[in-house]
Formats: sequence, C-alpha cells, structure tokens
Amino acid sequence: MPDYTHYATGEPVVDTKAPEGPVAERWDTRRFQAKLVNPANRRKHTVIVVGTGLAGGSAGATLAEQGYHVVQFCFQDSPRRAHSVAAQGGINAAKNYRNDGDSIHRLFYDTVKGGDFRARESNVHRLAQISVEIIDQCVAQGVPFAREYGGLLDNRSFGGVQVSRTFYARGQTGQQLLLGAYQALSRQIATGGVELHARTEMLDLIVVDGKARGIVARDLVTGKIDTYFADAVVLATGGYGNVFYLSTNAMNSNATAIWRAHRRGAYFANPCFTQIHPTCIPRTGDHQSKLTLMSESLRNDGRIWVPKAKGDDRPADQIPEDERDYYLERIYPAFGNLVPRDIASRAAKNVCDEGRGVGPGGQGVYLDFAEAIGRMGRKAVEAKYGNLFDMYQRITDEDPYTVPMRIYPAVHYTMGGLWVDYDLSTTIPGLFAIGEANFSDHGANRLGASALMQGLADGYFVLPSTINDYLARNPHTEKVDAHHPAVAEVVAETEDRINLLLSVDGDRTPDSFHREIGELMWEYCGMARTEDGLRKALAKIPEIREEFWRRIKVPGTGEQFNQSLEKANRIVDYLELAELMCLDALHRAESCGGHFRAESQTPEGEAERRDEEFSYAAAWEFTTTGAAPVLHKEDLVFEYVHPTQRSYA
Amino acid sequence: MKLTLRVWRQQNAETPGAMATYEVDGISQDMSFLEMLDTLNEELILAGDEPVAFDHDCREGICGACSLVINGDAHGPERTTTCQLHMRSFADGDTIDIEPWRASAFPVVKDLVVDRSSFDRIIQSGGYISAPTGTAPDAHATPVPKPDAELAFENAECIGCGACVAACPNGSAMLFTAAKVNHLNVLPQGAPERETRVLDMVAQMDEEGFGGCTLTGECATACPKGIPLPSIAAMNKEWLRATRKVRR
Repeated sequence: MPDYTHYATGEPVVDTKAPEGPVAERWDTRRFQAKLVNPANRRKHTVIVVGTGLAGGSAGATLAEQGYHVVQFCFQDSPRRAHSVAAQGGINAAKNYRNDGDSIHRLFYDTVKGGDFRARESNVHRLAQISVEIIDQCVAQGVPFAREYGGLLDNRSFGGVQVSRTFYARGQTGQQLLLGAYQALSRQIATGGVELHARTEMLDLIVVDGKARGIVARDLVTGKIDTYFADAVVLATGGYGNVFYLSTNAMNSNATAIWRAHRRGAYFANPCFTQIHPTCIPRTGDHQSKLTLMSESLRNDGRIWVPKAKGDDRPADQIPEDERDYYLERIYPAFGNLVPRDIASRAAKNVCDEGRGVGPGGQGVYLDFAEAIGRMGRKAVEAKYGNLFDMYQRITDEDPYTVPMRIYPAVHYTMGGLWVDYDLSTTIPGLFAIGEANFSDHGANRLGASALMQGLADGYFVLPSTINDYLARNPHTEKVDAHHPAVAEVVAETEDRINLLLSVDGDRTPDSFHREIGELMWEYCGMARTEDGLRKALAKIPEIREEFWRRIKVPGTGEQFNQSLEKANRIVDYLELAELMCLDALHRAESCGGHFRAESQTPEGEAERRDEEFSYAAAWEFTTTGAAPVLHKEDLVFEYVHPTQRSYA
Repeated sequence: MKLTLRVWRQQNAETPGAMATYEVDGISQDMSFLEMLDTLNEELILAGDEPVAFDHDCREGICGACSLVINGDAHGPERTTTCQLHMRSFADGDTIDIEPWRASAFPVVKDLVVDRSSFDRIIQSGGYISAPTGTAPDAHATPVPKPDAELAFENAECIGCGACVAACPNGSAMLFTAAKVNHLNVLPQGAPERETRVLDMVAQMDEEGFGGCTLTGECATACPKGIPLPSIAAMNKEWLRATRKVRR
C-alpha cells in the first residue's frame, strides 16, 4: 500500500451556490434565486435529520413547521440531552442593544479575523445577519435570557471582541436554547410532523445513484439494524473532539455519522482545525473520563496568572502581588484576559512549559477572582457565576471564592467537519451538514459564544431555506427500499462490522484503545504540532488499528442493549479519522488559529500564517482505509476583511 | 479505597432482575461516582462478563442522563447529579447499594437504565410556546420584569433527570411538570397558551401512570437543580384557575 502521506491533489472544490455581488446582499439574492416547494407538496417529501442538538433540533422543528415530513434520530434517550445542552457562556448577536459600536459588519469582521482568515466570507456574513433573528426567535419561545431591572436583555463580553454582544442565561445558555429547540421539536412530534427515533444511532449513509437517500441505524435497545429512507438527509451530529478521548464533549458524542458519510463520498474539510479551550478544570489522574469546561465568561472578571519564578510552589495566597505574572494582561494589554481561545491556550501551555505551572504536575494556571470580589462584592460575583463556582467546588473540593481556580486547556470544539457549500450541502447531493458537523463558519478558530449562534442559524434559518432548492430540483419519483442492491450492500457491510467486533474476543477493552489513540493525538496533534511528531503519529495509528482488530473485546451480543459495542464501533471510526487529522495537520505547514505548527511562528512565538501557500480550505476525499486521500482545495477570497497578522496586543 | 458494590442487574424489561455483589479496589477519592463504575466495568469486560449498563453522557451535571439510586437516595448523598458525585463522599470499606430509578412510569431498559420517554410526552402535550420560526417580533418588543425572568429561569433549570419521581413515595411527576408549567406561564410570551398548557400537561402526566402528589417534599430535596417545592403549589393554582376559566 502506498504511503498514506503521499496524497494526490485533485480538482479544486468550488462553492457554486453563493451568489456574486455585495456580501451583504448575497443571502437575500440566494433566497430569491432558490427554487421553492409548493406548501401542498411539502408533506410528500421526507427529510431525515440525524441529531437533536441546537442545529438538528431547530432544523427538525422548522422543517416540520414548513410542512415537510421529518424523521429524526438521536442516540440519547431524549432529544433534550444532546450535548449543546452543556454550552455555558452565551450566544452572540449583532443587536447593538448596548449602543457600543456593534453592527452586523463588526460581528462579521470579528468572526473572520477570529478565525484567522480561514473561513468563507459569504457564510460568515450570513451568520452575522441571522444572529439578530435568532435572539428574537428564542425570546418568543420563552428562553429565559438574563435581563436587567428595566426588563430588557442583558449582555456580556466574550474573548476576541471589544463590544458586549453576548446574550446569556446564567451559565446555562446552551441548556436554555436547547430546551427552546427541544420544545419546538416536541410540538411537532405531537402534531405528527416529526417522527422521532430516540436511542437510535446512525451507522451508515445510503447513497443511491450518487444521491443521499437514507441511513442505516441501530436501535440501541433491541440492537436491531434498520434502514430509513428520505429525499434528503441532514447530519447535525456535532463535532469529533472525542477522538482525543479526554475532551469537554459528552462521553457519547462521536464522529461516526460524519465519518461514514465521508467514506461514502462527502469531503472532509480542515480536520486539523480543533479548538483547545483555555479554561478547563485540570485532570486529576488516569481514571479521568472527561474534562469539564469553565465558561469563557469567567475571563470577564477573573484574572489569569502564574508565579514569576519557576517552581514556586507556595500556596497562591502567599505569593505577593509583585511576584505574580498576569501574563495575558502583560503580553496583550488591549484584550488582556479576553484574548481569543487559541491565544489564551497557547500562552497557558507556554508558561507551564517554562515550569511556572501550578497544581499537581504543574499543569495549570490560576484564574483568580480576588480582585473581582473586592471590586463587585461577593454577592455580585455569586449572581453572575454562582453555578460555575459550585461546579468547580464539587469537582475539585476547593472553594473558588477563597482559593483561585486552577485551569488548563482542553479539547473543546472542532472547526473542521464535512465540507459544505453556501447551501450547507456536502459533496454528496442530498446530504446536508449543519452545526458543528460542518466546517464552514469559524475558520481556524471559533470565537466564544459563536457555536450556539451557528447551530441555530443553520437549523432555524439557513437549511430550511436552502433545502427547498434541492428538493424542488430533485423530485424523487423512484422509490428506494431495502431491496435495492445499493441498500442491501450498506446493510451487509454494517452487519459485518458489528459481527466482527463481537467475534474478535480479544483481551483489550474498547476504552483502552480509545485512551491510547486519544493520548497519541493529544501528544502529537494537540496544542502544538511538529512535522516530526505528526509523522510519528501517522506511523503509529495503523499499528493501533491493526491491534484493535486483533485484540478488541466486546462482551454480549448485537441483539441487545450493549454499550461496549456502541463504544467499540465509534472507535473504529476514530482510528481512521485520527489519521486524516494528522495528515491535514502535516500538510498545512503554517500556523493559523487553533492549528499551531511549531515550525511556523513569529519571533514573539505567535502563530504565523502563510497566506500565499495556504489561503484555502483543505477538503479531503476518502479512498480506502489506510490509503492516501485526495486533496481538493477551495481557495478563500477575502474581499472585505483583508488578512493581516492577527494582533490582540 | 476498597468498596463493596451491590448493583441491580436486569437483562431487559421482560426479565426479572436481582442485586449482584462486586468488590472494587484502588478507588481514588478524586474519582467521580461514574468513573468508579467505569473501573468496575473495565474489570467485568476483561473477566468476560457484561458491564453494568447505566445512562450517562455529559458528566457535567446538565444533560440529565445519569440516574442512579445510591444507598436509597436518588443521585446519592449529595445534592447533585450522580456524575458530579465524587468518591470523597464515601469511606474506605463502605458497602454501596446502586439501583435504577424505581417508578412504574419509568420501566427498566437494562440494569440501571430506565425509559423516561414519559417525560418527553408530557412536554409534547403542552410544554412549549407555539412560536414557529420566523414569526418572532424584536426581542425587546416585550420587556419582562427581572423577577419574572428569574422565576422562569429558576424553573427552566430542570434537567429532566427524573430524580423527583424516583425520590417520591408515590412516583409522582408533579415537580417536573410544575417546573415547565411555571417556566412558560410566568412569561408574557407564554400567556396565550397558559390554560391549555397546564390542563394538557397535567392530564398527560396522569395518563403516563405517575402517582399523585401528597406534598411529601422528597422531590425538591432530591432535585439536583433545586427546583423549589412551591412550584407545585403554583401549578395547582394555575390548574385551578384554568379549569374555572374554561377557554378550551
């Protein structure tokens, strides 16, 4: 087999859907150009939506409101548990309710710049435009955003921006927005517009004559593998951060749906663009199963510091003020503690690498609220961050009101995902990807409070408009059913994979493999990447894969509720995805946003982009397992936000 | 720490279950309760046994998936979710009983996993505001007094875990239902459906086989999110008001 790193470069991939003309008019133009489906005909169309998070939940509800027949899936026992529920801080919108100079154009500008000039301008501008409608929609649904005494909505600031445009519901914004979408979805389930399959996991995509026509899914309670058919399939299955094993993702969040779609022909874009969140609770030992995020909103009032001296192991309260290094405030005086996530994470890593980290193993920095408590009073701090402080105390057994929090970066979000055009269509006609599952809006780094914005923009507003065009142009008259040869083939492959997992009967648990691949990825494809390290990882991954199929042990059968089988099946896909992530990171010999190649940095140690060579999105086409994929480049054109070296100093 | 675990094992809804005893060693105080169970499961898999099935996902106390009765208490001895319970709440040598939520409206799926779809059906019966996408006025068109917004939020914090039902001697879902009724009925946006919401949700709750409320208060004590007991009184008031108003 030829070397995995010897990939070919194919034809460029082009977004043909974004119209020409001024960026501010493109969304209106596209909506006007798009074909519509007559309201009376919509009920004849079935749309499959996989996932019930912010993107999937809002899309399912909205499509059903429009009259489409929606068949929706979630692996959780209820749509209300999708991992969007865990988002803490807030959601951005260019409402300019603060009259502080915000505008749609500024949100657009901040997002393109925050993404380190690796996002598509057309998409980002549309996102900024729609942000305004999202807040209206959520308030109408009864989302209890924080309010001021006058009854109007409150705002706060987030990293990478100098305006207050983040709407929030204490530290549970994701939960409240998700419940809004879940309730809208519930209303449609009650009317019969949405047929929901909970505890059912998508295992593969059905492609017939080059078009997405359905999915193969497993009922997690009975183990039954079934086929579902539709005129279009929407993947809203989230990101792939769990490839790292330890991340802030929920334990069951996984990459199987998007990876299987990739194997069936959907290009995977910028897989190496992963976000390491700067403020997570440090790990305590090898038993650690996941990491917990402390909202970025804490950086509004908390001050980040480490001791000036290496190896200073005095307790925080015994380190005098002049022996502390508030390094973000020192290096980035303009943005201080509110620099974007990639910059804050790397700075934390640097001070820990210098031997100035705090806590066990020196893998932590302080996030200190003493000054805030002195300035605002404990009560005000409690009102703003109470639930986060409580969570910190429960996990660490330390009181953050008296002892500074210890934080360390952890994998949090993936900017990469399935390549989509302006209509959110993947390279497989009829297959759409929305929310974190696609790659489009955040470039190489996502700004805080923008994930919720994008998930809801895609689900409530973008997809329900653009999918009409596809359905109107593709009236599927020929029915597809389980007897179609293409369908039988996918089902057989799925069953074979499940049976093989159950029959190896080796001596290693699924988790042991997940940990192994996760540690490898964190080491070589984490916060800082080098050519040497990535090549090491690329040599090791096929070995782990080979060992997996020799030594995996999955107890029980396939015809029952079997959580070990679920896990093992997801790891199969991580073991391939990890390889693509490393290859993408290796090929992109520049630093940008969350992708930091040690070989490409400024004398000050900041990420150095190389626009002449890498101003493109890298969309990879699958060939076969272990064989080099084909690279398709989408050139990025910046007409409105001129690429510069990002500066937050 | 070394612990003795007595765990409910049940193959599926049709098969009767029983308690099984396991020993675990080398448990760290810093582990979460679920990480302790992970340790047990790794050992069970290597021994060729089926691991203990339990629902879990976010492990940050917000998704509401985890659902264990620990030593007789829903979510165990601390007022939090099982995933946020840490082993420092236990002592070396302890024997710990682990059971699923027990309520006829939550049938067992396997071991410690139960079916809570009855909660979803209560929400489907009226736990929403009808606001189709695209119909919303500007967010500032209707100011909401801060105390109302906070009361709505306090009730909206419910994570739908079902601890209230598991803790209630009657297996009642009053606190869960009341939390959603109050969240939406206190807001001006929820006013148009105020009466139908409470009537339909209470009717669905009864239909699902949840028990009646005798104001024992165990629900609010077990609730990891602190949904207040007076929410039940507020819902009763809403229900009474709605039955009198008869606008159906």
